Amino acid sequence: MAETRAPSRPAAAPPPEAAEPPLPPTLRRNAPLVPTDSAASRALAAVIAILTFLAALCAGAAEIVASSAGQWQGAVAQEVTVQVRPGPGRNIDADVSRAEGIAKAAPGIAEARVFTKAESERLLEPWLGSGLDLSDLPVPRLITLKLASDKAPDLKALRTSLTEALPGVASLDDHALWLQRLSTMANTFVGIGIGIVALVLAATGLAVIFATRGAMAGNKEVVEVLHFVGANDDYIARAFQSRFFRLGLRGGAIGAGAALLAFALAGVLARISRSGPAGDEIEALFGTFQISWRGYAIIVLIGVIASVVTGVVSRITVRRFLD
Amino acid sequence: MAGTKTGSLLSGAEAPAVRFESVGMRYGLGPEVLSDVSFEIAPRSFQFLTGPSGAGKTTLLRLILLSVRPTRGLVSVFGEEVSGISSDALTGLRRRMGVVFQDFRLLDHLTTYENVALPLRVQGRSETNYRAEVVELLRWVGLGERMHVLPPLLSGGEKQRAAIARALIARPDLLLADEPTGNVDPTLARRLLRLFMELNKLGTSVLIATHDFGLMDLIDARRLVLGDGRLRIET
Repeated sequence: MAETRAPSRPAAAPPPEAAEPPLPPTLRRNAPLVPTDSAASRALAAVIAILTFLAALCAGAAEIVASSAGQWQGAVAQEVTVQVRPGPGRNIDADVSRAEGIAKAAPGIAEARVFTKAESERLLEPWLGSGLDLSDLPVPRLITLKLASDKAPDLKALRTSLTEALPGVASLDDHALWLQRLSTMANTFVGIGIGIVALVLAATGLAVIFATRGAMAGNKEVVEVLHFVGANDDYIARAFQSRFFRLGLRGGAIGAGAALLAFALAGVLARISRSGPAGDEIEALFGTFQISWRGYAIIVLIGVIASVVTGVVSRITVRRFLD
Repeated sequence: MAGTKTGSLLSGAEAPAVRFESVGMRYGLGPEVLSDVSFEIAPRSFQFLTGPSGAGKTTLLRLILLSVRPTRGLVSVFGEEVSGISSDALTGLRRRMGVVFQDFRLLDHLTTYENVALPLRVQGRSETNYRAEVVELLRWVGLGERMHVLPPLLSGGEKQRAAIARALIARPDLLLADEPTGNVDPTLARRLLRLFMELNKLGTSVLIATHDFGLMDLIDARRLVLGDGRLRIET
C-alpha cells in the first residue's frame, strides 16, 4: 500500500480558487441527453414540415374563402332590390316612380337607383343575346336600394307598404336566400378546412409516436444509463420531449414558413395577372387572393401547435414506454 | 487497514446497505445463476466480490442495482425491501449508488465532462453549481486534458477512469464496481483502488467485483467469493 497515494482532498470536494488551469473555451457542458442529429431526426423534422405545410395551406385557403364570403355577404347585405313587374293596363313607369317614392320614404334607405328600361333589358343580354328587340316582352324593372349603415331599415314594413300600394306588381327581394347559401358554402369550406387541419395534426402525432418509439428503442442504452445514474422516468420523458419539441419546432417553422411564402407568392402572382381576364375571375372569386393578418396568424399558430403536439405526444409515448 | 470496515462491524441500528436473504436467480427457463445467496454489506464497509468468469458476479451486481429482480428470496437495499418498490423509491435508491460497469456504459454523444457530470445533472443541479467538482475529479483521475473529448475517442483506460469518475461524482453511499481496473496499468489500478478507499473512508460502502488477485492482495478486505452460483464469504 506504500506506493498508493491518496488524493490531497476528498474527490468531490470543491477545489481551491487558485492554481486551476482554465476550462477549455470550447468545452461543451450541457448537450441534450438524447442524441439529436440522426437521419431519423431529420426525416421526422421533414415529415413534420410537410404536414405543417399542408395543414397551413388548407387553413389559409379556408381563411381566404371565409373572408371572401364575408366580403360578398357584406356587399350583398348592403342592398335590397325592388322588382316592379308590368301588369295589363298599368303604366310601368308610374308604378316604378311610385315604388321609388315609397322606398325613399322608408327609414334606413340611403339611396335608391332605378334601372331604366334599357338597363333592365341589358341585364337579359347574357341569356338572350344582344341586338334583340325586347319591347314586346314584359321585362320587369328593378330599383336597387342601398341600406343606410347607421340606421336599421324595417324591410318588413317596406315590403308591406309596397304590396299594399302596388299589389301583384311590386315585390321586395332582400337576398336572404343568397346570403344563406353563401353562408352555408363558406361554413362548409371552413369546416372542411378545420377537419383537414385536425387530420393532418393527428397524422403528425402518429408520426411522432412511431418516431419516439423508434428513438426509445435506438437509445435503449442511454435510457438504461440515465436510470442507473438516478434519473426518474419523468426526467427521461422530459429529455425526449425536449428533443422532439425542438424537432417539431424546426419542422413546424419550416412548414409554416414555406406556407407563408407560398401565400405571399400567390398574392404577388395574382396581382401581376390581375390585368388579364383570368385575373378578373380570380379577383371576382377571391378578392385579391391575399390572406389577412388573421390568416398569417393561423398559419403561425399551426406551426406552433405542430411543435407542441410533437413535444406532448413524445412525452406521453415515453412515459407509456417506460411504464 | 485503517478506514475500512467489514460487514462484521455492522453498527447497531443502522440498516445494512445491502442485504440478500436466500436469493436465487435464473434468466428465463435457464439454470439458476445464483442459488441461496445470503449476505450483507454493512454501511461504510469495503469488500471484493470475486469468482471465476461466469460465476454470476455481474448478475449479483445487477440485483443490487435493481435492474433485475430475484427469482426467489429477498433483496433489501438501504433497509428497503425491493419487491414491489415504487418507481420514485427506486430512483431514490439508485441516487445513493454509484456504479462502474465492466463495459463502461459512457454515452457516446456526450463529452467526458458531460458523462461524468451526469449523476449531478439528473438531480437537477445547474452546470455552474457542479462544474468545479466535476473538473477537479476529472483532473484527479488524469482526464483533465480529455474532458472535451467524446468517449469513442478515449482509450480503454481513459474510458474506465471516466466511468469511475461518473460513479464517484455524487458521493454515493454505495459504490459498485465491475472489474474497475481491468483496462488500466498496475500503477493506475493502485491509484484507483486508493481512490475507492478514500471514498470508503468518507462513509461509502464499496463492493468491487474483480478476479484480479493482485489487486485484492493489496488491501485486507472482506471477500465475497462466488462459485457455481453459491456465495462464500472470506474475511
